[in-house]
Amino acid sequence: MATLKDKTAIVGIGETTYSRSSGMSDSALFLQASVRAIEDAGVSPKDIDGIITGYRSLPAESFMSNFGSEDVRYAVTVHMGGASTVASLQSAALAVAAGIATNVLCVAGWNGCSGAKITTRSRDESGLAISEVSNFEMPYGSLVPALWYAPMARRHMHEYGTTSRQFGAVAVAMRKHAQLNDNAIMRGKPITIEDHQNSRMIADPFHLLDCCLESDGAAAVVITSTERARDMRHRPVYIMGVAEGHPDFPDQITNRPVLTELGIKKAAPRAFAMAGVTPKDIDVAEIYDCFTYIVLCQLEDIGFCHKGEGGWFVEGGRIELGGELPVNTHGGLLSQAHVLSMNHVVEAVKQLRGSAGEAQVKDADIALVSGYGDLGDGSIAILRR
Amino acid sequence: MSQWNKPLPRITPETKEFWEGCHKHELLIQRCLACGTLRHYPRIMCPNCGSWDTEWVKVSGKGKVYSWTVAHQAFHPGFVKDVPYASVIVELNEGVRLMTNTVDVNPEELYIGMPVEVVFEDVTDEITLPKFRKSS
Repeated sequence: MATLKDKTAIVGIGETTYSRSSGMSDSALFLQASVRAIEDAGVSPKDIDGIITGYRSLPAESFMSNFGSEDVRYAVTVHMGGASTVASLQSAALAVAAGIATNVLCVAGWNGCSGAKITTRSRDESGLAISEVSNFEMPYGSLVPALWYAPMARRHMHEYGTTSRQFGAVAVAMRKHAQLNDNAIMRGKPITIEDHQNSRMIADPFHLLDCCLESDGAAAVVITSTERARDMRHRPVYIMGVAEGHPDFPDQITNRPVLTELGIKKAAPRAFAMAGVTPKDIDVAEIYDCFTYIVLCQLEDIGFCHKGEGGWFVEGGRIELGGELPVNTHGGLLSQAHVLSMNHVVEAVKQLRGSAGEAQVKDADIALVSGYGDLGDGSIAILRR
Repeated sequence: MSQWNKPLPRITPETKEFWEGCHKHELLIQRCLACGTLRHYPRIMCPNCGSWDTEWVKVSGKGKVYSWTVAHQAFHPGFVKDVPYASVIVELNEGVRLMTNTVDVNPEELYIGMPVEVVFEDVTDEITLPKFRKSS
């Protein structure tokens, strides 16, 4: 059977500075991250013949025009909200493995703080699966992701006894890791569980410190074939396994049969089967963390622990550097920046190159990165050095 | 009624009967004529059997709180005076769920399994929203 295992590799990474106010246009952010990723790969912009943009990114036409691309053969946009970024790796791997494109650029980001914030964006989500939400839920004040996802967290608490302090353990771990990262918005602002508990309520049971940052920035990666990757500037990071998954009734949460399962539950077994590894083989995990609960639920759905054990799993430093499974070694969306988890992909590559600085997981051979969004879509990639 | 400043549903060919039912203070849910499966929100096709043939049935309007959140911040100007308010998922006795608000219920009273029944709030000349109150 044909497989994408080890057919492609990530050979370039690029990030802008992450901030609350970039002073740049969205387009300039995307282009800056892209240029840095292309330079890191050691190729020229004209070598990029595939462009994948995600949720709210710049149209591919704009990239081509700014780069002066002469012959882009593959240009797609992935519409899975925050899951788009990691899903774009699957699309890139497919295009390269099939010989449609040679070097594919994937980019994500936004002026998510100084530009349109969540309150505005949530009412303007054309292309996303929220028409049912806007017609049947927004009239009742279910307006933004915090309010959409909080009832899932409450069901988890009800069914499994999960606690707000356990959500807090996720927030504290991400914040701890951000202290090691020069490009983390929350560097210099450590928090405790008590800070989490005392932070103001946003969407019960989500406190402020359960919610990710609104931030400005962009990140990008370049993907090419394994053969080409071997001759490039950096040690290649191979895509071993990659998959996307959609929950039952992906256009709404309310009537989903099981509120405590996400689309990644369907994707994870496919990605692990492709990669030929199990959760025990993962050295470091960069998990989409729009809300603390979403991390805990994905850890269960990916198979790091059983359903219902996520609260226990994230406690006791298990997901911190030095723990059994370091999670979001860059600080994540909760404490580094929210660039739709392209920063997670970049961090996974850094870990496998051995260039993650103070946050380096010793001898990291295999990393996992996940995406989540659009009411429950999931994406997952398993990477190796 | 004219002062309603919250988001309103857009009525589509698929949802017209639902909103017309609400306007008459009847809670109508779509049912597949081929396999009998109830579904909400309204859909073109039955996800169970693929049939396009549907009917609308009046349901009891009784159900239980399935989950909820309480908004402590107004993410829309229409909700400024309401915070903190609860957005509540109710599971009807017939099995389908809907997002709604509870009326005359303090958010702190809510619990999973709380019995509730439908009431109708006429918010514009055209739109009536089904909401739920505590029942015995």
